[in-house]
Amino acid sequence: MVAHSLALPMICFTTLWGLVGIVAPIFVPKGPNRGVIITSLILTAVCCYLFWLIAILAQTNPLFGPQLKNETIWYLRYFWE
Amino acid sequence: MKIQHLRFTCLLSDDIATFAGPPLSQTCEVSAVGTAHSLCLPQAGGTGGVTSELNPTVNSFQRKFVTEIKRCEEMERILGYLLREIKKSDIPLPEGEVNPVAPLPKHVMEQLQRLESELSEVTRNKEKLQKNLLELTEYTHMLQITRNFVQHSTEVGFEQTHYEEFPFLEKDSMMDYTSMQRLGAKLGFISGLIQQVKIEAFERMLWRVCKGYTILSYAEINECLQNPDTGEVTRSVVFLISYWGDQIGQKVKKICDCYHCHLYPYPSSNEERTDVVNGLRSRIQDLHTVLHRTEDYLRQVLNKASESVYTWVIQVKKMKAIYHILNLCSFDVTNKCLIAEVWCPVNDLSVLRKALEDCSRKSGATVPSFVNRIPSSDIPPTLIRTNKFTSGFQNIVDAYGVGSYREVNPAPYTIITFPFLFAVMFGDLGHGLIMSLFALWMVIYENDRKLKRSRNEFWNTFYDGRYIILMMGLFSIYTGLIYNDCFSKSLNIFGSSWSVRAMFAQDKKEMVNTNAFLTLDPNVTGVFNGPYPFGIDPIWNMASNRLTFLNSYKMKMSVILGIIHMTFGVVLGGINHIHFRKKFNLFLMLIPELLFLLFLFGYLVFMVVFKWLAFSAANSQAAPSILIHFINMFLMQGDTIPHLYSGQKTLQVFLLVIALLAVPVLLLGKPVYLYWLHKGQNRFGVYRVSVYHLILRRTSEEEMSLMRAHDMEEGSNHDSLTSSAESQSDEFDFADIFLHQSIHTIEYCLGCVSNTASYLRLWALSLAHAQLSEVLWAMVMRVGLRVGSRVGILFLVPVFGLFAVLTVSILLVMEGLSAFLHALRLHWVEFQNKFYSGAGTKFSPFAFSLIHTGFENDGLPL
Repeated sequence: MVAHSLALPMICFTTLWGLVGIVAPIFVPKGPNRGVIITSLILTAVCCYLFWLIAILAQTNPLFGPQLKNETIWYLRYFWE
Repeated sequence: MKIQHLRFTCLLSDDIATFAGPPLSQTCEVSAVGTAHSLCLPQAGGTGGVTSELNPTVNSFQRKFVTEIKRCEEMERILGYLLREIKKSDIPLPEGEVNPVAPLPKHVMEQLQRLESELSEVTRNKEKLQKNLLELTEYTHMLQITRNFVQHSTEVGFEQTHYEEFPFLEKDSMMDYTSMQRLGAKLGFISGLIQQVKIEAFERMLWRVCKGYTILSYAEINECLQNPDTGEVTRSVVFLISYWGDQIGQKVKKICDCYHCHLYPYPSSNEERTDVVNGLRSRIQDLHTVLHRTEDYLRQVLNKASESVYTWVIQVKKMKAIYHILNLCSFDVTNKCLIAEVWCPVNDLSVLRKALEDCSRKSGATVPSFVNRIPSSDIPPTLIRTNKFTSGFQNIVDAYGVGSYREVNPAPYTIITFPFLFAVMFGDLGHGLIMSLFALWMVIYENDRKLKRSRNEFWNTFYDGRYIILMMGLFSIYTGLIYNDCFSKSLNIFGSSWSVRAMFAQDKKEMVNTNAFLTLDPNVTGVFNGPYPFGIDPIWNMASNRLTFLNSYKMKMSVILGIIHMTFGVVLGGINHIHFRKKFNLFLMLIPELLFLLFLFGYLVFMVVFKWLAFSAANSQAAPSILIHFINMFLMQGDTIPHLYSGQKTLQVFLLVIALLAVPVLLLGKPVYLYWLHKGQNRFGVYRVSVYHLILRRTSEEEMSLMRAHDMEEGSNHDSLTSSAESQSDEFDFADIFLHQSIHTIEYCLGCVSNTASYLRLWALSLAHAQLSEVLWAMVMRVGLRVGSRVGILFLVPVFGLFAVLTVSILLVMEGLSAFLHALRLHWVEFQNKFYSGAGTKFSPFAFSLIHTGFENDGLPL
């Protein structure tokens, strides 16, 4: 099927959450809520990035593959590829 | 230092939902002179700045303003009566927010009393008129129906066996009453109305008592009459009793009394009857007009009242609150001043002063009211400023315990971590979308009055948490995308990485035909083409060994998230130590705790990630079990199983030794250090005093002694002897501190293990949710989709309805509440017991905005 690399998503999402967590806090306007908004941005970036990272790392080197029914195999063979 | 202290905290408390609560000044004394107090307090209440200390010595009934409060309650009673009347006549109340100023009570009271007397008089009159009307109507009915009796009975006189006593009736059917009288028969008539349910018993009673000397005829009235006393509609029956003899007559009258009959005089002749009927008719008409006029007038009065009743309710509430607070003040020596002890945030002192000056000016008092700061050794209450978004999260933190004075507030972090952990357990794109839309609707319409103040408790709970639900929904969308689960189906956005074609080339058709299940082997080239870039690969949704893979993934994820969350908690505790200027705690508590946690469980995380990266399908036979390695690390048996990496054994031994050494440091470090400090102080006097005084049990005393220490450093005139004497008198209880520290150590170390395992609930609940979702799909929706198209189109509608109802009730409400609860538990227990003490009291200011302006709470109808 489709070949995926590890590097490209890694770069993409690291920059994305890096922007959210490190760059965006600089641009938060001054006001009484500034501290909360910065905390929230950083925490969101950390949590979401970590969650995505765990998901992709868990799949980089699978130790076993999916076990499919033969009907599913026929379907995948002709419709997905 | 004091100034610096203040400035530093000014920075923090500029934030809404502060990092830590702002400093509250030691108690201030607010003195208000004479009549100015009734104006000053509203001013202070308007700014929402102060909270009062109770005057414990004075009995609440002896307080000065008790009569005023009684008056306010009387007014509330009248207002309640007014509102009920308004509601009864279906007059609409004006909606909208009103915020009237609290006035002096006298003229409101007079107005209300006047209104009440007027209303009650008019209502009384109306009731009287209605009663009259009822009587007249009943009389009319009775006359009409009994006319039919008489005519009827004279026609069918023959068949009645009752008429033995009056044998002449049989002979002469055209007899009427005059001839009866000529015969001298003392025939009497009693006529009236009785309730329909009682008529049979009445008849029986009559028969038994009068032994046949009476004749009862009755007929139903078609119209239902309304009883004005009870307001209920009853069916009545008109009856006519003809009796013979006086004694029988009295007995009959007594029986009628028993049965609560309405008796009316029976006309003896037809002309009399018609006269009475005509008279009645005109009287009824008159009554109707009078009644209409009365009702109109009543409505007018109520309409006028309804315009201002809202305002009055709020005004009375405000007045009552003010008098309650005034009761908490005490009088000073001259009896002309009111003195109140309040807590006030340091930053708001200037606002308070200004408010007092303003109202002193307004009330024209000769002596202005003023504020004095007084030192106090009590722990101030904790104030955290929140806005409508953060208040929900602050509430769930406060539900566990209000933070101690000036400690780190976990709420700003809870804003993100709580919805995130919820979403890890809830993780479904479709369900998250529905939840977000629901919350979004509530947020957009949050100013709608009906939504805000409904009577339904459940709805109020959901409404108050609308921002929490919105955040939970949004994060659930994200985790749903990562888990690749949308109503239990996966999305194939990027194309799956697993290739079937590469596994089963043309010659393997036979194998595919004969075997029901076949497994893709990532060792074969071309089968696995790199990790799916965003989330879980969609092919796993169709695999039968899906749970094997997902369980392993989710368990490891739970442990990783848990350890990171707990480390964050420990670090926040470190920030607490820095803030309270207990630097020794950093070395004696934070470092050992971090070492223990990270060197053991952080290493576990490292091993998990290492196994993910280092072992692939090629050497999957040699892939070790992390759990076995972890256990072996503790048992120091490195040689029984193959290594993960070179140097593993030495590294593990090193980590284990350091971590185990951290435990006695944690256990003994702080008590020993403090003991040493205490001893050193006694010997070397005051100049040896470092910033850290003796450990006293209450933090505020420490703050006090800190400030004293600062004063000494600033070179104020304190006798060194007296201060050392003071510090000696502060007890240093080594046993107590040692006990506390040992409890903390045991709790921490054992807690690390158990709490890490506790985070596995993230895996458990997400598994449960996914399985429920799948079962619902397979049992409900798929059944509908499998039916052929002709019937299926119609059949699918109820099937989808059932699917939707079950999704919302089971998966959204039940699973949502369950995940909410577990995420909350993870925060309250596993996260917060690393740093949060939560032993404070909440700062509850006297503020008009906090007084409930709805009607429900006071028993007034809404």
